[in-house]
Parts: sequence; C-alpha cells; structure tokens
Amino acid sequence: MGYVKKNRDFHEARWDEPFIMEMGNPGERGILAPKASEEVKKLSGSLEELIPANLRRKKAPKLPELSQMQVLRHYMRLSQETIGTDINIDIGLGTCTMKYSPKVHEQLVRMEKFQELHPCQDESTVQGILEIMYQDEQYLKAISGMDRVSLKPAGGSQAIFANVQTIRAYFEEKGEGDQRNEIITTILSHPANPGTAATLGYKVITLYPDENGLPDIEALKAAVSEHTAALMITNPEDTGIYNDRIRQFVDIVHEAGGLCVYDQANLNGVFGLTRAKDAGFDMCHYNLHKSFSSPHGCQGPGAGAQCVSEKLAKYVASPTVEFDGKKYYLNDNRPDSIGRLRAFYGVPSVLIRAYAYIRSLGADGMKQIAELSILNNNYLIKKLLETKGLSMPFAKGRFRMEQARLSWRELTEETGVTTDDICRRIVDYGFQDYFTSHHPRVLPEPFTPEPVETYSKDDMDEYVAAFAAIADEAYTDPELVKGAPYKAALGARIQEECLTDWSRFATTWRAYKKHMNRPEEQEK
Amino acid sequence: MEKTFVHPYMPNSVPEVKRLLLDELGIKAVSDIYESIIPGELLYKERLNLPEPILSEYELKKHVAGILNQNISTEEYASFLGAGCYKHQIPAVCDEINTRGEFLTAYCGDTYSDHGKMQAIFEYTSMMGELLDADVVSYTTYDAGQSVCSSFRMAVRIHDGAGRRKSVILVPDTMNPDIYDQAVSYCRNVSSLKKVRHVKETGLMDLEELEALLMKGDVAAVFYENPSYLGFFETQAEQIAELAHEYGAICIAQPQVSSLGIIESPMNLGADIVCGDIQPLGMHLQYGGGQAGFIASHQKLEYMEQFPTYMYGIAETEKEDTYGWGRAMNYRCSHGSRENANEYFGTETGLWGITAGVYLASMGPQGMYELGETIVQNLQYLIRRLDEIEGVKANPFGGSNFQEVVVDFNASGKRVADINAALLKHRIFGGKDLSREFTELGQCALYCVSELTSQDEMDKLVSAVARILKEG
Amino acid sequence: MTKVGLIVNPVAGIGGKVGLKGSDGEETQKKAFELGAVPESGKKAAIALRILKSEKDFVKIITCPGEMGENVCKEAGMDCEVISVPDESKRTGRDTTSDDTVRAAREFLNMGAELILFAGGDGTARDIMDAVGTSVPVLGIPAGCKIHSGVYALNPKKGGELAVRFVQGKVLRLKEAEVMDIDEEQFCKGIVCSRLYGYLKIPEEIRMVQNRKSGSVYSEEGAIERISDYLADTWDGEALYIVGGGSTTASIMKRMNLPYTLLGIDLVCAGQVIAADCTEKEILEAIDACASGKVRILVTVIGGQGYLFGRGNQQISAEVLRRVGKENIIAAASPDKMLSFLGKSLYIDTGDEEVNRYLTGYMRVIVGYGEYVVMKVSD
Repeated sequence: MGYVKKNRDFHEARWDEPFIMEMGNPGERGILAPKASEEVKKLSGSLEELIPANLRRKKAPKLPELSQMQVLRHYMRLSQETIGTDINIDIGLGTCTMKYSPKVHEQLVRMEKFQELHPCQDESTVQGILEIMYQDEQYLKAISGMDRVSLKPAGGSQAIFANVQTIRAYFEEKGEGDQRNEIITTILSHPANPGTAATLGYKVITLYPDENGLPDIEALKAAVSEHTAALMITNPEDTGIYNDRIRQFVDIVHEAGGLCVYDQANLNGVFGLTRAKDAGFDMCHYNLHKSFSSPHGCQGPGAGAQCVSEKLAKYVASPTVEFDGKKYYLNDNRPDSIGRLRAFYGVPSVLIRAYAYIRSLGADGMKQIAELSILNNNYLIKKLLETKGLSMPFAKGRFRMEQARLSWRELTEETGVTTDDICRRIVDYGFQDYFTSHHPRVLPEPFTPEPVETYSKDDMDEYVAAFAAIADEAYTDPELVKGAPYKAALGARIQEECLTDWSRFATTWRAYKKHMNRPEEQEK
Repeated sequence: MEKTFVHPYMPNSVPEVKRLLLDELGIKAVSDIYESIIPGELLYKERLNLPEPILSEYELKKHVAGILNQNISTEEYASFLGAGCYKHQIPAVCDEINTRGEFLTAYCGDTYSDHGKMQAIFEYTSMMGELLDADVVSYTTYDAGQSVCSSFRMAVRIHDGAGRRKSVILVPDTMNPDIYDQAVSYCRNVSSLKKVRHVKETGLMDLEELEALLMKGDVAAVFYENPSYLGFFETQAEQIAELAHEYGAICIAQPQVSSLGIIESPMNLGADIVCGDIQPLGMHLQYGGGQAGFIASHQKLEYMEQFPTYMYGIAETEKEDTYGWGRAMNYRCSHGSRENANEYFGTETGLWGITAGVYLASMGPQGMYELGETIVQNLQYLIRRLDEIEGVKANPFGGSNFQEVVVDFNASGKRVADINAALLKHRIFGGKDLSREFTELGQCALYCVSELTSQDEMDKLVSAVARILKEG
Repeated sequence: MTKVGLIVNPVAGIGGKVGLKGSDGEETQKKAFELGAVPESGKKAAIALRILKSEKDFVKIITCPGEMGENVCKEAGMDCEVISVPDESKRTGRDTTSDDTVRAAREFLNMGAELILFAGGDGTARDIMDAVGTSVPVLGIPAGCKIHSGVYALNPKKGGELAVRFVQGKVLRLKEAEVMDIDEEQFCKGIVCSRLYGYLKIPEEIRMVQNRKSGSVYSEEGAIERISDYLADTWDGEALYIVGGGSTTASIMKRMNLPYTLLGIDLVCAGQVIAADCTEKEILEAIDACASGKVRILVTVIGGQGYLFGRGNQQISAEVLRRVGKENIIAAASPDKMLSFLGKSLYIDTGDEEVNRYLTGYMRVIVGYGEYVVMKVSD
C-alpha cells in the first residue's frame, strides 16, 4: 500500500527493427481486397480501356511487399518502442494535459454505428451523432459561460485560427477591417496565437512579463490603440501563475475597441472555478483532446472548441448543429459565417469522448478535476523544488494553478548538465521525456510539468525521486547524465547534423538513399 | 448541492490521500489555493449546469451507445457517397495498430523514448514518397483542405523568396467547393484565387482561358485535381504543368491516393507540389473524422523551407544500420518561431499517418494496383447500368472516371433530394446532391463506388432508381 | 588544453573611485594616483581566476608581465606563461598604455589563444577590438568606470564561471556584442558623448533558444532579414530618415541597397543617402531642409544595457528628438536581443531631462515582419 517504486530497473523495448522498405520479398501480400465480379468485369472491360493512356502509371510504386504477420509484428515492435500515457507516469509533458483516456471511450468510438457513418448521409440517419455534437455544445456553453460553441476545429491551434478569422470577420463587417490590423499577445502564450494572427496578416504585438512573471499591464496600455483588433491571452500562462488582473486586461482592450480572446488550452485547472465569460472575454477556445480526455494519438487527431459570445455567434464556422425540438439538423445557411474550417464536421470521435467524459463526471466531477489538478501541481512543485539545482522563477512562494515552469539554470551553471540532458536521462528511469518550453526559452533551462488529476500521490513521489536521483548524478557524474539515455528504445546517439544540415536532410527513405548515393555518383 | 466523490479517474479523490497532499502544503482545502490567487469576482460560485454524472462504466456505455445506436451506418445501407470521404476495406491490422495504447496515447516524445513512433511516421512518409514519387513528404496535416491551403501559400512564399511578387492562384471551377471556400478564406491576405472555367462538354480545364490568365504574369500557381471533385480524370495534366511553367507559375496537384496504384503520380506529370488526403488509406469514415492531409514536393531547398508543418528527418547513428529520427528545421513552423513562421501549426493527425503506413505496407504495389482496377471496373459497370435508365444520364462529361461520377437526373424531372429520400426506403444512400454546389448542373448527383461496392448493391440501386423515377 | 589569454588593465577604473569620470589618458591616471587611487581591476580579475582555477589541468593561461596579469595569476595560484614585452619598465602597472593592451592581444592571437579574458572597461575593450576584431572570443570582467559595451559578464564571479564553461566546451554559442566608448574629454567636461566603435565576439551566457534539434534553429540573421524586409516594404519615400549606427540598421540599409556607416548616423531621403556619418548640426540642417516635413528616426538598441539614445548616437541629440517627435521614432532589434532585456527596461540618456521625460514610458520595438515587442523605456 502506498508503495513508491524508486530506482526502477527499467529498460524500454529495443528491437532494433529494420526499416520497412528493406523488409519482405517480391510477391508477398499483406492483405487481399474484394475484386469486381466476372459480370462487372465483362460489362466494364479491362483496366487499359478504362483509364487514359497518358495517365497510366508506368512504374509500380516501390512499396514494401510483406505478409500479414510480418507487417503486424513490425508495427507491434514499433509500438513497444513508444512511451504512451497508458504505460508511463506522463507528468512531464506540461501544457499537454496528459490525462488518462478512459478505455470505455475507445469502445464507443469504435462502434460500427459511428465508425461507418459517412458525413454526407441524410440527417435522419445520423441523429445519434448530431445529438452528441449538439449536447457537447450545450455543456461547453455551461463550462465557458459563452453563447455559442463551434466544434469544427480539428485541433486547438485551428480553434485559435477560427478565433482570428472571427476577429477579422467582425471588424470587416464593422468597416474597421483595414484599420484594426494589430493583435496583441504575450511572449509566454502558445506559439499558435502569434502564428495564427500572422497567418492572417495581422501585425503581432508581443508583451513581455513583468517582474512577477505576468504580462506587463503598463505595456498593454501602451500597446492598445485604434489599430488594436484583439488581445489573445492565456491565463494562467505556461508558468502556472494566475493573472489576477485579467479583468483589467480585458477592460483596457475593450475600451480601445478591440476584442479579447482567451486561450484556454489550460482549462484543466479552472473547470467550474472560473469562466471566460466572467472575466469579460469575447471568445475562448478549448483543446478537447486535452481537458476532455481524448488520447493524443502521436499528435492527433485532436479537436478544438471555439466558444464565442452572442455578438460573435453568427460568425462561427458552418455548418452548425441545431435542434428544432424534434430532430437535430445541420445549418449551412449562415451568410456571415467564417465558412469552412475543416472538412465536414470536425473530428467527431473526439466529440464523442468529450461527451462521455462530461457525462461520467457531471458538474461536481468536473470541478474536482480542477481542484485535484491544482492540488497535485502544488504538491509536486513543493516536492520537486527540494531537488538541488532546480528553481521556480517568478512570483516566489505563490501557488500555481495546474502547471508550472521550473528552471534548471542553477544546476546547469554548476554542473554543465542542461535541461535537454536531463530530458533524455529521465527516460532511463521509465518516464517519457518532458516538455521544456515553447519557443522562445524565456526562462533558461526550462522544465514544465503538469501532474493532472489522474496521477496518484505515489506516481508523483516516484517522479520526484527520479529527478532527485538525476540531480545527484549531475553533481557527481555529469558525464553520465550527458550521455543519456542508455535504456531507451534507441540505443545509439544520432548525428544531429543529419537534422540541421539541409544538404543531408531527408524526410523519406528514397531521399535519404539519394543523399547516400550522391558521393558515389560523383566518384563515377 | 455540491458533492465530492471518489472517482476512478482520480486517485487523489480519496479523502485520506487528498488530506496528505493538503497537509504537505499546510492548507485545509484546495479552495485555500485558488481563492488566494483568483479574485473573488472572477470565481464561479454556482454549480455548472451539467447533467448528473453516470458513475458506472456499464451505464455510461449503455447511455452513449444508446444515442449512437440511433444512427444508420454504411454497413447497414448500401452507400454511394464519396465527395472527399471514402469507404474502403480497412485491414484489421490497421485497427489493431492504431488502437495499441502506446501509439494511441503517445504525444510529443522525442528521438530516443518514442523511437518506434518516429520510425513509424518516417515509414509513412517514405511509403507516401513511393506512392507519390516524391522525395519530400510532410507530416500529416488536418485534412486535404488544409494541405491545399498550405500548398497555395507555399507557392506564394516560394516566389517571394526568389524576389517575385506573384499572388494569384488559378483553380479549376469544378474543384471541391468546400476546399475552395476554405482556401479563399485562408489565403486571402496573401493571394487571391481565380477559377478557370471548364470545357462544357468534357469538364476539363479550358486551356485557352488558362493561358490567357497566365499571361497576366501575376500567377503564383496553377492547381488541379486528378481525378476532379466530379470524378473525371484531368487528362491534360501534363499540358497544365507545362503551361504553368512556361509562365513561371508553380503547378500544384491533388491526386486521389487510392488511384495511385494504377494512375501516374502528378509528380511525374510536371507537378511541383502534390497534396491531398490520406483518409482512404486505412481510416474509417467516422462521420468525416478520419481525414488527414499530406503535402509533398521534390527535394528542392526553396520548396522544403516553405513547408509549414513538422518534418521528420532521418539521422544516422554511431551504429551502422541503426537510424534515429527527429523533428527538424522547426523554425519553419510556429512552434519554432512563433509569428515569424510560415503558417500556424498544432496537433494534427499523427495517428492517421501511422495507420496509412500500416495500410500501404499491407497493400503493397499489387494491392494498390488491384484496388484501383476494381474501383474503375465497378464504376464503369455502375455508369453503364444507370445510363440504361430512362431520364438518367450517367457521366454527362463522357470521359474516364475514378471512383466517382456525375449522374444527371434533369431529364427525369425529379429532384435529387427526392430521389435520395426515396432511396433511403430501399436502404440505399444515394449519391451526393450537387444541385446546391453546382447550380449550373441542375439536378445532378455525385455517385461513388469502391472495391467494397458489390454488383448486387449496384443492381439494387439501379432497379430502385428505375422504380422511383417510374413511380414519379 | 584550452589557451586563455589574460589582460588586466591595472589603471582601469581608478579614475572612478576618486570622482573622476574615467581613467583614459595619462594625465587623468596621474591625477588619480595622486588622489590616492588603488587599482581595483587586479582584485576583480583574481576573483574570476580563482574560479577558473578549478579547470587548471585543462587551461593554459598566457598573460602579460606584472600587474597586467602575471601578478594576478600568482595571487590566484594559477600557473601562467608570460609574454615578453619590449620595455621592462612597464611592470609597475602605472605606466601601461593602450599600446600594451593592443600588443598583448595580438600576441595572444598569434599564440593560438581560444579566449581572451580581460579585466577593464570600455577603453580596454576598444583596444582589444582594434587588435583582434572578431577573430577570437573575448570576455570582459567589468572593472572600468565605463561599462557601456555589451562585452562583459555581469560581475567577476559570473565571468569566472562563464570562462569555466567555455573551457569545458559548454558554451554553445558565440555572439557579437557592441563595443562602446565615451569621448573622454567631452565626458570629463560633463558632456556624455559615447560612440559605437565596433563589435567583439563573446561567449553567450545563457541560452534563450532551444537546442538545435528539438527546437528551432533560430537564426538571428533570419530575424534581422525579416525586420529589414518589413522596413523596406513600409519605407516612406518622401520622408527623411535619420538612421542610427549598429549592425541591425546596417542590414536594413543593405536591404535598401544603400551605403551605410556602421558606427555613425546616415541620412536617407528619396531613396538615397544624402549625408553620411553626420554630426548633430548636419542632422538639424537636414531636418530644416526636408521638403515633405516628414522625418523619421530609425535606431536599434545598442549595448548590453539597452540604450536607445544617448549611447553611441549622441548625434541624435535632444534637440533632434524634440523636433522629430516621439511618434516618428522607429526602433528595431532582433527577438533574441529583446529577450535579453526581459524583465528590464530600455534606456535613454539624451542629456536633457525634459526630452528624457518626454521619451520615457513604453515603446514598440520591431522584431520581425510587422511584429513588435512593447518595452518599457526609462531614463
């Protein structure tokens, strides 16, 4: 009971699996597909007659030829060489909300009644999925306090993008489209905020943190003007410090005539405690794969929710899901909409999981998520900060929300071991590597843990013990840490130049082979 | 009344354990933390308006499944729907691999800890490289639409990089209308889209108009789909690329990946950037949730620098024959350089990339060939049979098609919507109604088949349509 | 074995302690010693050296005789190789001149030094720059009266630690930093008149950028290129541009296909440089003569302390600033440079309190193509 495993004798699976293009033999088949019936063939004729001669493929693609068991085995091995949240204490990937993804959700999204639905089917045959999408919107309205929620975005960044599109549509309709060409954001906000704003041609004005680690409110006052389209701000930012003046930020921007957009990828720590609406925001977004439990799938598919106030409701992407009292239907007749965002209706599998998740927790359960993720985080930080060489810059002694940005600066200065070294070394202890920081590294040698509510006290204690051990190593045998990892799936250190030198860079096997052959060709 | 309860997803919801954590922090309740940092006027004092929780797993599953069971799937009714989302055979191995918890729940682990993930993704791009005959393949994007949008902006940036200000993108007027709308919105601050009209009889791009538009000198790229959204092959692929190049424009093409076992890749027909969707390669329909995009090009630096997505590069190691992988050259994307990036970027569709890799490894060259062959044969059968019905003109453009075809019901005097409603009673999902998207076509529908469409289903469709029109 | 050259300027900073505003020039030094000044630079260098001693098996120190380095090494217990100097009389330290510094730095370079460590101020930095340019990394231990240049460690201890990391191969990046100096004669008369003299290459203390693989290969040149593109695209052809010195503004001029004065003020109008390396008077005359009446000032942030005005560009005087107006000041700097001022402020020191007050507050600095950072400006 309460056992905390220390010095776990871990070794990740290491299959040294060959590259798939080099496996198998000509003629092997992994799967056979249905063929046209004889009668069909007779009526339709041969392939040569059916496709234009100039478009016919001349050389077959050089795909691998492998039998089924060999394909399966290869990929099973590769999966074993991957550390998913299911098999590790995934506290290190802060800002990613690596919570448990309930397995019952996986059974639900694999029902034939969902998996085999075509998006163009008649509405009468998709009432179930439409109901789920509709209810999701109602729940997210309650959670955000906003008036309309679009579930079309295929990820958090696309939701942010939709917010910027909405900003543009709003001011264009007001006739201020050209005038309001600036978006204000903060250096500690997610890169998608300035990224989406710049994608749509906005000038990006960046605020730096003040000495408390919060965006400088005086700088905001100086930044707003008649050119301000919007403020895109996160609270708390990656530092986990709650910006208690957030309402003032909103008021300053509103006074200048701009809109306020809340990046709530960090929703996990505020469920039921505070809402975007109450802080006066016009829009916010959630990452449904984060706070609402969808597995992250090696970076997607995820889904985003764009939540907007009444005055912006008409702009959200089409179609929306509506209910007329009897049936659910898709509404495409929305002339002010920002239009299409993603093919069809977003990523419905994530929406089903979000639905099931909310239903399994209810209002009190959702609030408990926030409370426990805050509690876990402050417990973890307290324990972690006992580690030599690790510190938490900004707002010392102040509680954090659901995550925190720590710094190994002292350890680096004293031992030369960097956060990137520790990030590799932690793998030897049986954990996924951790998230350092988004670009840029405002704080030196960063480390950003986020111990969400699904991790136990014992999990956290094991995690902390591993860092204490690594810090000891750094002070006694820094080369050990710098040479890590030793027990990861890949046992040999890569040559970094292959990834930083364009002339050696290859995104496909064929390009790599061409690079390899080039010197030989020159010799010839 | 607010209740706290022990929940299986929250180990520290056990009061005794929670107490240990609180004691460690020297506080009585978690509210001591957040009430000390969140201003009172921002604290939400009410209880969220959400339904009461369904606490047992069984009841939860029964509840959600009960809602989903109202749906009728394409396994129950014969489906002739396509329009960007295609039903194909999904190898069981694909489902097995993408449900593996290690892949399913991994995220952004790096070179050493997620070696298997990195290899699987690089294998995906490598196999796509073979299928497309392209040396550079991006990590997956959200969907075809995103890939098309990004390809357009890439083209503008490539010109910019060479000091040329060209901003017009020429597209066929038959292109996927949703993607067209999406691209107009996505690109409008850097480029404008212009439609090139089609030749009325064949549906193909009007090359005279294309050349006239190119002559203006402001064209950054020419885009075409092959097959087109409406199903027919753009047989002038090579001429389009040649014309584009003649006037200094980039040629961008969107092929159907499932056709590439039999059809030449646009890369070999002069295209510079190739983009599209990989949903047909092992992803279930999922009501449109299985879409995922790709972008590919030749190994040219000026192109590679403009990719807005993650790119996975291969790296040699100190050990011979052992490779590692890494996300590289990240300053191209917003994760690497924020607002200075090419475009924005986020969590996209990694799991579908890995799945497409499993699919291509299973299918092999022979499987992809047979897939293409079966589809064109089935489609031809459907065209011939539907065309026999009075009032129906199947394939009004008369050319060769892949998987989809326009079926013209104008002569029948019936609306597609009514025909489709009637077909539902025959347990058939009729082709997609085009009457709103392409008003000039009148009452036309876009019918789609795959290798899974049986002769029996097609025969049933034909007799049902015939009966519906007759009963009219 | 890493070869580290050490130069201690024994007269650095002596003027400051006794109320003189600098220590350059033999007269001043003489006066300082008469006033009872004791050299501080040796003590400061020793602090750094004692830290570097931890690497003594891997470091070979080459230094100058006597108080210019040898004595400090002895005091810190560090072995060293002493270069020979032509005139033995220079051992006392009081008589060293800038020629000795220049000669020593050149000698270190010839001997294959991989790092030159110096204890001194802006005058010493300038001498070393004259001798070695950017051919070898240099690190300053701040010991002078004037430390406006960007080439110093925060303090002697940090300097020692950074040198240790350099020797251990832990310094991952070098960067160019400004060498600034004040015109001593003017300064002693109470007129601040500092100039940007050029650049030295220094080891970077902490990394703001991600490591190469997992993060970005963030290129400072790339950022400055985008800044240049933006300014070129938004350039007002009718306006008179008063372009300050520095490598960032030089890049902008290059992008505009214009000749430039790296360390001085150029005037641009109607696509041409109408005057190069101008004085305040020339600038004021040009403002008067400007037909469109539109005048802009384009500057970058100069030096490690973040001065916008008053260091290295005194030609853009209080009067110039008053006439051009706050709203017509365009400041540009790379994102990396701006990050180094995170939590700090930019500064102005025009010598005119009223103008200083007028310019303080918050200001936008261009950091990319249409991208800005809003920074605090103090006097």
